[in-house]
Amino acid sequence: MDSGLSPQDKKDLDKFIKFFALKTVQVIVQARLGEKICTHSSSSPTGSDWFNLAIKDIPEVTHEAKKALAGQLPGIGRSMCVEISLKTSEGDSMELETWCLEMNEKCDKDIKVSYTVYNRLSVLLKSLLAITRVTPAYKLSRKQGHDYVILYRIYFGEVQLSGLGEGFQTVRVGVVGTPVGTVTLSCAYRTNLAFMSNRQFERSAPIMGIIVDHFVDPPCNSQRPANMGQPCNYRAPEDDDGPFAGVQDSQEVCTTSFSTSPPSQCVCTLSPSPSKLSKPLPLDSLQIPLAPGHVTHTLYASRLSYQPPALGGAAELSHPTANPNQVLHAGKEGGVVLAPAQPPHGADAHLTVEHAPNTPGSSGDDDGLSNSGYGRRDEGRRCASPSDPVESLNAFTRKIGAFVNKPSAQITAASLDLPFAAFAPRGLDSEENDPMVQPPDSPPCHSPLQASLHSQGSEGSGPQDDFVMIDFRPAFSKDDLLPMDLGTFYREFQNPPQLASLSLHISSQSMADDLDSLPEKLAVYEKNIDEFDAFVDMLQ
Amino acid sequence: MNCRSEVLEVTVEARQVEESMLALLHTILLHRSTGKFHYKKEGTYSIGTVGTLDIDCDFIDFTFVRVSSEELDRVIRRAVSEFKDALSNSGSDGMGQISLEFYQKKKSRWPFSDECIPWEVWSIKVNVVNLANEQERQICREKVGEKLGEKVINVVEVINRHEYLPKMPTQSEVDNVFDTSLKDVQPYLYKITFQITDSLGTSVSTTMRRLIKDTLAL
Repeated sequence: MDSGLSPQDKKDLDKFIKFFALKTVQVIVQARLGEKICTHSSSSPTGSDWFNLAIKDIPEVTHEAKKALAGQLPGIGRSMCVEISLKTSEGDSMELETWCLEMNEKCDKDIKVSYTVYNRLSVLLKSLLAITRVTPAYKLSRKQGHDYVILYRIYFGEVQLSGLGEGFQTVRVGVVGTPVGTVTLSCAYRTNLAFMSNRQFERSAPIMGIIVDHFVDPPCNSQRPANMGQPCNYRAPEDDDGPFAGVQDSQEVCTTSFSTSPPSQCVCTLSPSPSKLSKPLPLDSLQIPLAPGHVTHTLYASRLSYQPPALGGAAELSHPTANPNQVLHAGKEGGVVLAPAQPPHGADAHLTVEHAPNTPGSSGDDDGLSNSGYGRRDEGRRCASPSDPVESLNAFTRKIGAFVNKPSAQITAASLDLPFAAFAPRGLDSEENDPMVQPPDSPPCHSPLQASLHSQGSEGSGPQDDFVMIDFRPAFSKDDLLPMDLGTFYREFQNPPQLASLSLHISSQSMADDLDSLPEKLAVYEKNIDEFDAFVDMLQ
Repeated sequence: MNCRSEVLEVTVEARQVEESMLALLHTILLHRSTGKFHYKKEGTYSIGTVGTLDIDCDFIDFTFVRVSSEELDRVIRRAVSEFKDALSNSGSDGMGQISLEFYQKKKSRWPFSDECIPWEVWSIKVNVVNLANEQERQICREKVGEKLGEKVINVVEVINRHEYLPKMPTQSEVDNVFDTSLKDVQPYLYKITFQITDSLGTSVSTTMRRLIKDTLAL
């Protein structure tokens, strides 16, 4: 097949195809990371941008692609494939698409390698850039994160499309003829995504059992290892016949985090966890005999976890579930947790009161974070409880906002800047918590008169649930002239009986009575109509 | 040499015209742009690097890739914006067509001006519809996204046939083949024109011919 091709051309061609394969993998994987890609044009050639395109090289991806190729090039019968799959947080996974870089025998002998082939490969890469945004997996990958992640797997050998379900579609990205064969790039993508929803209902042991079985028995040709993000797991090939000799799975969890700094500073970390073998394996299965000509199956989880700079940029996460912990710490250190102002319960500066400790809402950050790893920080409610009356006096001047989410008992009129607002007890018994008397979402009272309406005449203890008055010693209130002092006066008249007209049940009763007695009253008035007329005349 | 002509047709809502046109024109130009040429001695040249940028559409469920060049983006946006204005001024159910033509200049002797010989013309026919309610608009968003995806695949298919492309020029000839006015990328010489037909489909009631890239006038 090399007839007519000079050694230099052959060398160049091999180099072009090799780097084309590597760049193809980069483009595909980067398109599935879930982020928008941005690279810059440069008018002066840097010499390192293959095919005159600014395509970043993620080191892990290059490393794994090279491992998959194992020094070979895509050739006839030897295709390089990148498989994109989806894995849910429950562990279900599904193949979405397979990109294949193939070579067939159709040669174009007359084509110029260093120039035409190179330019056409460049155009093919641009086409790949465009097409990777068009297949259905792109939209899915942009939304990955909480519920699912997108994984990639590079393998070399025969194309496997069985995992794509029925009715998968194929799109051809393009072809480039070379003197040694025609390079073809295509994508087969799943159209039947309903599979996913069916499997979601089967969340139970059987699925996990099947996956466990996968790794007990060495998988044969037709069986595919599940993309489970399991620890590195190398297997020796079963036999040496044909290109499909045993399957070697090396599975790594690769978490790539991109900082928000310019593209040139993207930090990519690969944290395999080879030591965390979930199952003990026989020693011989841990060999890594990547003999040429054998199929190597490499499995990676590529998941972009984008963390805002506040959480420390390039976070190295060795395990997916480490994320929430990491974020949790960041949240505790740097997060904003509001401590709502403690409402003063004292009536005025001279009261000595004690505050029952405030109980609610110390759930804090812990409940807010799940395994998302994306730093959902719920603001915990922390309530300060003053430890001594002095603090309560100091707390007297604090005010509460109108719609602070607190139990209503803690919102007291004492927090308002009103003269005698503190003297308006606010016992809100349930039967008297009447919207007619007090609006449900009550902003702080704006007048003492309105505040007094809230006195519902409860006997005994103070109106607030957590307000217990121990002693009441008003200052400067002793008067030798009068037998009664301010304190006594206050105590006596603290719970006056409710005004009859303001008590609803009485008023409702009276209204009913009124209505009943109305005819009688009308009759009486009619009888005395002359008196009324005379009275009116007198006034005029 | 025959000029290759490709026609793409899309049906969109009025507010989607701009983004759909940008998506298709940029996709074509991505394939028809190279890095800046730097000629060295002995007739060799090196080529600069082309960056790319993902653009999400606001009114369409679609993301397209364009060349990372703000200058080029501005030029294309201006043309598309004029097209959009012309469409909206023409009538409620306008139909229009925007054409992207790649051409080569051929120097003629004086007094004749240079010839512009197109070698590839992309015509994008646009059919604007009005939708009644939000639900239809939502469906349209997704459908147009899928359609645009199909059009991108069509574009890629045509381009990857690797049919005629102008020869790589020498330094003196480069302006006859490429647009060298941009500082970061170098597309093939192109011009964008458009025409509007009114809703009755009669022959062009207003033909507006706007040359974004000038042919060299005398």
